[in-house]
Amino acid sequence: MGEKIVFCKGGGCTAKLGAGILNRVLEKLPKGPKDENLLIGYDSRDDAAVYKVSDDTAFVQTLDFFPPMVDDPYTFGQIAAANALSDIYAMGGEVKTALNIVCFPETMDLNILGEIMRGGSEKVIEAGGTLAGGHSIQDSDVKYGLSVTGLVHPDRIYSNNGGYPGDVLILTKKLGVGIVCTANRVQEAREEDMKEAVESMIQLNKYASQICRKYPVHACTDVTGFSFLGHLHEMLDEQMSAEIEADRIPVISGAMEYADEFLLTAAGQRNRNHVGSYVQFENVMFAMEEVLFDPQTSGGLLIAAAPDRSEELLAELKEAGLPAAAVGTLTEKREKEIYVRGQR
Amino acid sequence: MIKVNAIGDACPIPVVKTKNAIKELNGSGDVEVLVDNEIAVQNLTKMANQKGYGIRSEKLEEQKYQVVMTVGEGGEQTPSEAEDPEKETVCVPDSRKHKLVVISSGKMGEGNDELGEVLMKGFIYALTQQDELPDTILFYNGGAVFTCEGSPALEDLKSLEAQGVEILTCGTCLNYYGLSEKLQVGDVTNMYVIAEKMMQADSIIKP
Repeated sequence: MGEKIVFCKGGGCTAKLGAGILNRVLEKLPKGPKDENLLIGYDSRDDAAVYKVSDDTAFVQTLDFFPPMVDDPYTFGQIAAANALSDIYAMGGEVKTALNIVCFPETMDLNILGEIMRGGSEKVIEAGGTLAGGHSIQDSDVKYGLSVTGLVHPDRIYSNNGGYPGDVLILTKKLGVGIVCTANRVQEAREEDMKEAVESMIQLNKYASQICRKYPVHACTDVTGFSFLGHLHEMLDEQMSAEIEADRIPVISGAMEYADEFLLTAAGQRNRNHVGSYVQFENVMFAMEEVLFDPQTSGGLLIAAAPDRSEELLAELKEAGLPAAAVGTLTEKREKEIYVRGQR
Repeated sequence: MIKVNAIGDACPIPVVKTKNAIKELNGSGDVEVLVDNEIAVQNLTKMANQKGYGIRSEKLEEQKYQVVMTVGEGGEQTPSEAEDPEKETVCVPDSRKHKLVVISSGKMGEGNDELGEVLMKGFIYALTQQDELPDTILFYNGGAVFTCEGSPALEDLKSLEAQGVEILTCGTCLNYYGLSEKLQVGDVTNMYVIAEKMMQADSIIKP
């Protein structure tokens, strides 16, 4: 079946609404009575909601769906599922059940939908969860994702903003998938670069999350549409600053080159508009700046780990075959929030 | 001058089309690009700054921006300018005219009072449906009832507020009508702010 799915305007996490306009809407929503068992809700800008049911069990709830960013339906299904499952891992949880979210044109070949959902269910199985149902509506464009429920011990939740000054920042996947997919869309990406981006996107954050549980991890989030700097900004939560070494950032091959060709997403520029004022670049190349603002689809975990055991943690992540790197440190709050240093 | 129409194109298509046009210039000249969003203007500006091209941009109308890139002679920039991607983006400052809506009565127009109330409610609803929203809506005297408990326009005003419209009600008026505890949407304001808002507005809409 060689049929390709219709490419949408901006697939994957580049399709996210900008953080700026979203905050304006969220701030004004009415808040009902407070439920003490809701440990993490959306007032904390975290990856998922966490609700405590007993002293040793809380459930983690999240959902994510978006239009395709690759032509192959099976691959798209895998990526969308890996991306949705990732929020559970960013909270330190285990995946239990998942429900399909499907938008599909009535006139399109149903085999395509079959391929998308096959990719999705394989990832749910790999995650150790069960696909328990779903909801489909007809729409002019294809969109797919999952609503996922997981479990976590209430005392072992990774929040976004629980880091301390001195913590080492570890990133578990390479950056630049947004730029490479964009270059691919205009037929300017090399096949091997696109392949590397796809492999990165279908990789579950399960393995990174499981390794983290053995170590003192203070904060964790997954890097997605708001870019490395956008998610780091949320982690700092106006309480701390961070120093990032640009040369240590792991990058998908070709991404810097395509950024220098200005094959950039609108979402990347929106990220720059939203968090650019918090960031000071020192001797950082333009292409690296763009990579740091690049929206990631199914990106890696960004971890704030206690400094004394961070090397051990990093070594174990690398041993598991992950392209993890220590990219910087958290510091006390300084004048600027994020300092990125390079050696141009 | 080569003209590029990138209206309706998502990033990075405007940049790709512009690059192709620049190649056709064979060294120097102007490329005029039309795009339909400010983000595309900013991405084109980044390219011009990195490449050292001259750049001008202007918002022609809603969803229509003109960007002119000058390549080669006359288009060179000093490096300090090229390093500041924000500097040349003339579209970044809010070029929108400040629109202020003033609701000074519970009724719209002269005549039947009952009809006037229905019309005013309808007006506030119609505001929510506009492509371009006002910056601020001021409520005073009889208009103060609309932001308070029991108002038929609360949902619409909350929707406007959620979309970034500033909603202000005169505090003296709330006191006078005994509504101080009943404000449901927006903030309380005073005559100093009311006067300032009216002085600074480019247009005042008073139904």
